[in-house]
Amino acid sequence: MSDSQSSRAGFKLKGDTLLKGTVGAAALAIVALIVALAYELYRGSAQSIFQFGLPFLVGRVWDPVHQIFGALPFIYGTVFTSVLALLFGLPISLGIAIFLSEKAKSRRTMKYVIGTLVELLAAVPSVIYGFWGLFFLKPLLVTYIETPLHANLGFIPLFAGTPFGLDFFTAGVILATMIIPTVSAVSRDILNAVPNSQREAMYSLGATNWEVIRGAVLPYARSGIFGATILGLGRAVGETMAVTMVIGNAPRISASLFSGGYTLAAVIANEFTEASYPLYLSALIEIGLVLFFLALAINIFARFLVWRITRGTRTRV
Amino acid sequence: MEMEIGTHKEVDVAQPSVETSEQADAVPATQTKLEVRKLKASFGSNMILKGVDLNIPDRRITAIMGPSGCGKTTFIRCLNRLHELTPGAKVEGEVMLDGTDIYSPRVDPVAIRRKIGMVFQKPNPFPTMTVYDNVAAGLKLAGERNRKVLDETVERSLRLAFLWDEVKNELKKSGSALSGGQQQRLCIARALAVSPEVLLMDEPASALDPTATAKIEEAMARLKKDYTIVIVTHNMQQAARVADYTAFFYLGELVEFGPTADLFEKPKKELTERYITGKFG
Amino acid sequence: MTQSLASMSTPRNRRLLDRLMNVLVGLAVVLALVPLVLIVADVVVQGASVVNLSFLTGLPKPPNVPGGGIGPAVEGSAIMVGVATLISVPVGVGAGIFFSEWPESRLSFISSFTNDVLAEFPSIVIGIFVYVVVVLTTHTFSALAGALALAIIMIPIVARTTEESLKIVPTTLREASMALGISRWKTVIRIVISTGKNGLATGILLAVARATGETAPLLLTALGSSFFLTGLSQPTAALPLLIFTYATSPYKIWQQEAWGAALVLVVFMLALNLFVKLVIGRKFSEIRAEI
Repeated sequence: MSDSQSSRAGFKLKGDTLLKGTVGAAALAIVALIVALAYELYRGSAQSIFQFGLPFLVGRVWDPVHQIFGALPFIYGTVFTSVLALLFGLPISLGIAIFLSEKAKSRRTMKYVIGTLVELLAAVPSVIYGFWGLFFLKPLLVTYIETPLHANLGFIPLFAGTPFGLDFFTAGVILATMIIPTVSAVSRDILNAVPNSQREAMYSLGATNWEVIRGAVLPYARSGIFGATILGLGRAVGETMAVTMVIGNAPRISASLFSGGYTLAAVIANEFTEASYPLYLSALIEIGLVLFFLALAINIFARFLVWRITRGTRTRV
Repeated sequence: MEMEIGTHKEVDVAQPSVETSEQADAVPATQTKLEVRKLKASFGSNMILKGVDLNIPDRRITAIMGPSGCGKTTFIRCLNRLHELTPGAKVEGEVMLDGTDIYSPRVDPVAIRRKIGMVFQKPNPFPTMTVYDNVAAGLKLAGERNRKVLDETVERSLRLAFLWDEVKNELKKSGSALSGGQQQRLCIARALAVSPEVLLMDEPASALDPTATAKIEEAMARLKKDYTIVIVTHNMQQAARVADYTAFFYLGELVEFGPTADLFEKPKKELTERYITGKFG
Repeated sequence: MTQSLASMSTPRNRRLLDRLMNVLVGLAVVLALVPLVLIVADVVVQGASVVNLSFLTGLPKPPNVPGGGIGPAVEGSAIMVGVATLISVPVGVGAGIFFSEWPESRLSFISSFTNDVLAEFPSIVIGIFVYVVVVLTTHTFSALAGALALAIIMIPIVARTTEESLKIVPTTLREASMALGISRWKTVIRIVISTGKNGLATGILLAVARATGETAPLLLTALGSSFFLTGLSQPTAALPLLIFTYATSPYKIWQQEAWGAALVLVVFMLALNLFVKLVIGRKFSEIRAEI
């Protein structure tokens, strides 16, 4: 539908051009926004980049008092908590997706209700997750999981250190809950897209329902599921409030689940308004830049993976 | 055990026609493998099969024919209890396999499907598995771990499907890397590997070219020595070529059943004759 | 050749495994829903005793004095989200229309891609951007800065849902309209208004829901306040900000009030999301989970 077909009189042509121009300007604004964003992030972190260079990314010390800044504790914390989030969240998300796609095939209402409830999980704001996590989840985790693990297996570095609850573990659990809606929704779509002929072929060999899922459905869907996982990872990496309320906010690099830690997003949230001198602020903005690139890379990768699998079968991810 | 295809054909083609024409005059004398009694099948409020009584002869090829919508695919999907897997689907009646009703509550459907295998219209090999793993899939399900047994069964099944020579050096290739005709023969081998007693085939060659179709029909001719085969087909020439018996379905009911030659040359029902002469469907 | 069918069945371990997986899958569903149920329950139980009219409209009090209110926070959230909506809806709807009606244009492709990138941006980074561009230059934290940050977060949501709901309209409708001699721009507007109604409403409501719950960017732009607004260029309170400050404080009274504020926020969020899903329809809210 080209513009040349769209008018006969000059008056109408103006209307069309006006519309296209206006909405085009809106589209342009979005591009301009991203460009400005990238630019300002770069400009703001220039001082820190100039001062610390590449070693910033592997610097283990974050000491504002002595003007030494290194991003490694935050990169470590972000990666550690995100991996935990996937570890705890993926099996549950997969279970939900299998339930909604492979079991309960005829129970439409139940699927609808459960699907809605899982979606509602995403409607709860991050700060509420953090609040609830701090007051309710943390004591439970400490009493029933962390302390017993430490008491019995404390010689393993993973469980070393007396658990107080404000640690990587709790942050990982909360993050897992928060990525479940995304990962399970996308996984469900992926599973639904597996052709029925695959299931029937497996059934015809004399397979139980689970064997059909394990042998025919999941293998077929595995790259899509992987894409859903990466999407969840992208969410986890950017989460700020819930994490900062339960992670302890200590720039520490430790192998222990029960050690306090810090993430890229959390340190920005906590220290940004306290940054008392330009280099401090610049270092924090550079942390923002690192976070930006990390989230960008993960999300582009995830989109590419899911697109490759579900080309045309669904609207959007 | 290499045999030339030419020799094979000569030996086998001679015998079946002798056998069937002998049996044809005494239809009830052929052993019945599957006895279908008052089979009704529905999908939601749609009644698809309205009460079918049919005896499928043992170790013969029976063709199920009829115009679109006559229920022939639903019929065979009731024979391996696949129909009931669709939400909203219902089955009534009995299907007796060697005397036991496969729909009896004491019978495990999973076990039935091992005894009554199926090959589908569009080849559906498992794309994430190799040729070898595709064929071995059913065995591994049953818990077979012995490498030797697996190797032997895979080879035997691929030979029965007339595919061994073409893939014997490429067993590690992905199942979906084969041509359409090869994929279908792979699916046949896969179904055979679990040693079913009955093989159901839903228009197995309709998506294939004539050469591939010929290979499959060749395989079927050899298979019927040991397996009962039920094939849905809309191709009358194919039925005439391969089937010993043919059943004609119309609008969910069995109209006529008998030896293929009789059905085509001297149909007893007018409906059958109209279908055969191409007056509809 | 055959054994009795009744005696032949799948080995017990395979059947047990199938049953076990059924249990595990059901367990996964339960495990996922438990936090939702607990959060709502805890928020209601803890917050109900605090919430009343004076709580909702009153001024906050110092941490050792009971009876404080969240009035400024409610007002601040409402104003900032309102301004953000005014900014983001024209831009988002406009961009969505452009993506849907002129998909062949290179700008469309680039902008659509950028829009997706923007949607996945960690919101704290958006906060940094607005801080540098607005707060630093105006030398003050402000409601305007907060609104701007929220608007940037809302734009991709509105743009996406607008594009999706317009894309669902078949091309034949557009062609028929133009074949009748109706100009292109009128056709587009008509389609947007009539068919896109639901989609637009969904997008806007979902974006509003998202913006209302955001805390991180506001930390860097609105900062928070204990007073009602007297203009758009001062530090402003917001509901999630208040929850964060009070919840992480060591004062019992403030923590209690945080539960009350949390109750208000959760009720609002759940109501809005359920409204979108149940009243406007499932088709569009399925996009919600991916936003």
